[in-house]
Amino acid sequence: MVPLSYYLVLSAILFACGVAGFLIKRNIITIFLSIELMLNGVNLSFVAFAAQLNKLEGHIFVFFVMVVAAAEAAVGLAIIIAVFRTRETLNVDRVNLLKL
Amino acid sequence: MLALVLFFIFAALCVGGAINLLVQKHPINSALSLIVVMGSLALIYLLLGAEFVAAVQVIVYAGAVMVLFVFVIMLLNAGEEVRLPHESRVATMLGVPALIIGLGITAAVVSHLTGLDRIAIGGPTVMNGSDVFGNPQAVGHLLFRNYLLPFEVTSILILIAIMGAVVLARREE
Repeated sequence: MVPLSYYLVLSAILFACGVAGFLIKRNIITIFLSIELMLNGVNLSFVAFAAQLNKLEGHIFVFFVMVVAAAEAAVGLAIIIAVFRTRETLNVDRVNLLKL
Repeated sequence: MLALVLFFIFAALCVGGAINLLVQKHPINSALSLIVVMGSLALIYLLLGAEFVAAVQVIVYAGAVMVLFVFVIMLLNAGEEVRLPHESRVATMLGVPALIIGLGITAAVVSHLTGLDRIAIGGPTVMNGSDVFGNPQAVGHLLFRNYLLPFEVTSILILIAIMGAVVLARREE
């Protein structure tokens, strides 16, 4: 059987990769993908603790996290499209003015 | 034993996909490696007995959200990452230490939780199939009885997100 800490280690590795990608990457879409990676890491620890404590509430929380992530992806990608239309770039270093 | 072997296979796929996301320069490669991460996470959820969450992970995350990402990448014709010559390196300097600190926290959690590890989890829930823990029926009972109000509130959130996406992505006349 798999100990709980293995799941937590995997969850922390995924979250750390997400943080590193968020800071290192310059492409706005890849930064967004890193955020999704972080959310997935958190979801894994929710499900692992739900199995450990034998409580289904963890699965409900994961469901809500997924709903919020889907809404966030829809709005965020719309913002990315709007930014690309005015700036013609996806590099976050070139998007440094509030008004053109 | 079988559960442990399966866990290590899918965990290796997960970590490999996550590292590949960081290494790849082109966003479409990063998006596809994130799909690998999500697919193997769904199988790990099955190992934990979370059937409903595994199904939703595949349908909503690996299906809908990632299709949206790939669609936008192709719509905007996103190319390889270009680095400006005078750009700030602070983020790169912080990124790697953040990864190391994250893994350090991991080690701390492992050493702290060794007492919990005596109760092993996963495996039999998916093997014998008669266990009701985490199947759609059990989750549905909880969701529509105890958590009905939050569930209804998320529908308003989704509605607002749809309207926001339409308004933001609309072409101005």
